[in-house]
Amino acid sequence: MPASRASEGIAARLVEFGEQLRAEGVGSGTAELLDAFAVLEQISWTEPEDFREALAATLAKSQEDRRTFELVFERFFFRAAESAAIREGVREGAADGSAEQPDVDLDELRRQIAAALQQGSESLMRDLARLAIAAFGRRHEGSGVIGVDVQRIRRALGLRAEPQHELPDDDPRRDGLPREALRRFEALMRRELERAQIERTEQLPPSRPLNDLDRALPSGPLQDLAAVHRVVAQLKRRLKTQGQETRGHQHHAHVDVRRTMRASLQTGGVPVDLRYKPVRPRRPEIYVLCDVSTSVTSASVFFLSVLHALHDSFRKMRSFVFIERISEVTDVFDRERDFRAVSEAIARDAGVADVSGYTDYGRVWSEFRALVEDELHPRATVIVLGDARKNGRDPRADVFAQIAARAGRTFWLNPEPRLYWNYGDSVISSYERHCQAFECWTTGQLEDFVKALTRPPHAA
Amino acid sequence: MATALDSVAAVADGLRAVGYLPGESTALVAFLAGKLGKPILVEGPAGVGKTELAKALAKTLDRRLVRLQCYEGLDEAKALYEWNYRKQLLRIQAEGQGTGWDEVQDDIFGEEFLLSRPLMDAITSEQPIVLLIDEIDKTDQEFEAMLLEVLSDFQISIPELGRVEARTHPVVLLTSNNSRELTEALKRRCLYLWLDYPELEHELAIVRLHVPELDATVTRKLVEIVGMVRDLDLKKPPSIAESIDWARALLLLGAQDIDATVFRETLSVIVKHRTDLDVVAERVGVKLGPAAGLAGQPRI
Repeated sequence: MPASRASEGIAARLVEFGEQLRAEGVGSGTAELLDAFAVLEQISWTEPEDFREALAATLAKSQEDRRTFELVFERFFFRAAESAAIREGVREGAADGSAEQPDVDLDELRRQIAAALQQGSESLMRDLARLAIAAFGRRHEGSGVIGVDVQRIRRALGLRAEPQHELPDDDPRRDGLPREALRRFEALMRRELERAQIERTEQLPPSRPLNDLDRALPSGPLQDLAAVHRVVAQLKRRLKTQGQETRGHQHHAHVDVRRTMRASLQTGGVPVDLRYKPVRPRRPEIYVLCDVSTSVTSASVFFLSVLHALHDSFRKMRSFVFIERISEVTDVFDRERDFRAVSEAIARDAGVADVSGYTDYGRVWSEFRALVEDELHPRATVIVLGDARKNGRDPRADVFAQIAARAGRTFWLNPEPRLYWNYGDSVISSYERHCQAFECWTTGQLEDFVKALTRPPHAA
Repeated sequence: MATALDSVAAVADGLRAVGYLPGESTALVAFLAGKLGKPILVEGPAGVGKTELAKALAKTLDRRLVRLQCYEGLDEAKALYEWNYRKQLLRIQAEGQGTGWDEVQDDIFGEEFLLSRPLMDAITSEQPIVLLIDEIDKTDQEFEAMLLEVLSDFQISIPELGRVEARTHPVVLLTSNNSRELTEALKRRCLYLWLDYPELEHELAIVRLHVPELDATVTRKLVEIVGMVRDLDLKKPPSIAESIDWARALLLLGAQDIDATVFRETLSVIVKHRTDLDVVAERVGVKLGPAAGLAGQPRI
């Protein structure tokens, strides 16, 4: 291929790549793309690592963007290479030439792979991944599902991250393999299997956008604590610096007459210096109600943990959990710092599930009203987190309306994507009339909400 | 200057020669920054060597390092320049009555009365320098906006004087702990480098480089333990600097092995929160006890 056409090709490709990045939410503008071109002039393209790092340094400018970049990069260039291969009719020998490799010594293969994983050498791992697939592809019938095949091969090779003391001393697997390298090796196997599949069918599988759930709130109790603390630590600092943004927008500051008069004594009673009333940050009183039925538990507990970690931003905070009945858990959070302990304590002590374990909103509203009726006043904020699915019971939106009318502000956080709202037995629209409803299923959305919650009143 | 910035390998070698072991992307991004004349935005957790990178680059290139430490409330009077009011006043008094307004005004807003702050220093320096703007995420957004002119054009506009342009091309590094989102405008002008905790072998090499006297097996074990501790959920995971400190401490104590006792006694070097101490002692210390006993015995 002549050089000019090739370079034109890569320019178009890069722009296409930039568009895909943008489609996945990485904000890379024209300036970034121009930088990327400038950078590519400086490095040698034959080093895949350098190529990727150089692009990443110019296109992805935060850690989240970087993660998305890696995924898009893999997908894009893999597909580009494969579609070119189909177009040109390039095939690899290995797919049909399994006969040319005589019996692979399995034990030797295991050992070599383990050693390569220990070293973390990428190219060695790639070669061995293909060898492993070839060796095992002949022994078993492939299941046809790539994920299953990968795990089968991994198990057959006895590759584990945990130490395996029953193995002989010189086996590199004895002390366990580095987790990261193992993950990498699995990804390589997956890639090779995909490649083989594309070769067989001679077409690319449909391109699929990155799963939004990759960025969703922690849903399992295992990825919990670290995520909570990370979000909270960032939130706290952001809340602290955020006042400055709003400071510029104050249009009407109130003159503090008393302090102005006192200051005027210095100037012989002429009020030269105007003194203003300081703007006090709003510290709302908060009542949080969280659904903890199985469908939304983790989002609820996560949310409660975040709010409790921020409790010094609020004047007063009471939290309740509910399924069929309501129960106050404020002191659980005072006692426990641990996310997991909190979820356990709630599951054990709260006594909120009666029989069915399905949420009963009508009953919950009545109980809540009875509990806090006297305390609700216009400066109070009520936050409800739940999926608003009535489970065949009366949603009693009228009681909810009374609560909302007594409280100053009422928010509803729904951990379901807006797409599913009012679908099936979701009755969010009948509550939404009385409150502001937010989607809340990523940390970003949660953060936006907490910001709105703590924002001073005139900036809102 | 800049013989060291000719290729990626040369940058890596140069950094290594001054005692900084760069990761794969670090050398590459440093090289690109030199070539394109763009600032580098370095992000990452505390203690992975962001500031050290700037120092090492300055040493490699044999340039002076100008450092601007950012904090909340930093403004241009402290970062850029300020007029030396006292001197200006003295000047006005010394001139006496005779001179006209225009002359005095021309006079007192000259370079003589300018107090230059780090950024001004960096711009006006005769020799090429390395400029480090440390912890940019601690400042306000207004300050970031003010930096834009410096970062993209390497110039400063002073209303009374006009434009001050850089005489040489500085290498600029900005570091951030990611405690707040930086503005898009700032990010657009920079190359991005994410530094994370190094992988085991890499960290091992770093600790060896700084504490070569410590026994090799102990060093390896130390790095492995630090890796384990980082995997726990701590308020503040140990940084590379703390691994090195710990290695030094073990060397001073003359430890031959890290067993449960040594670990408990020196734990406070790497873990610095009360609650963290408990977690680490509970999770890592327990693992260590029997393992050390088993490993220790055949050796004797």
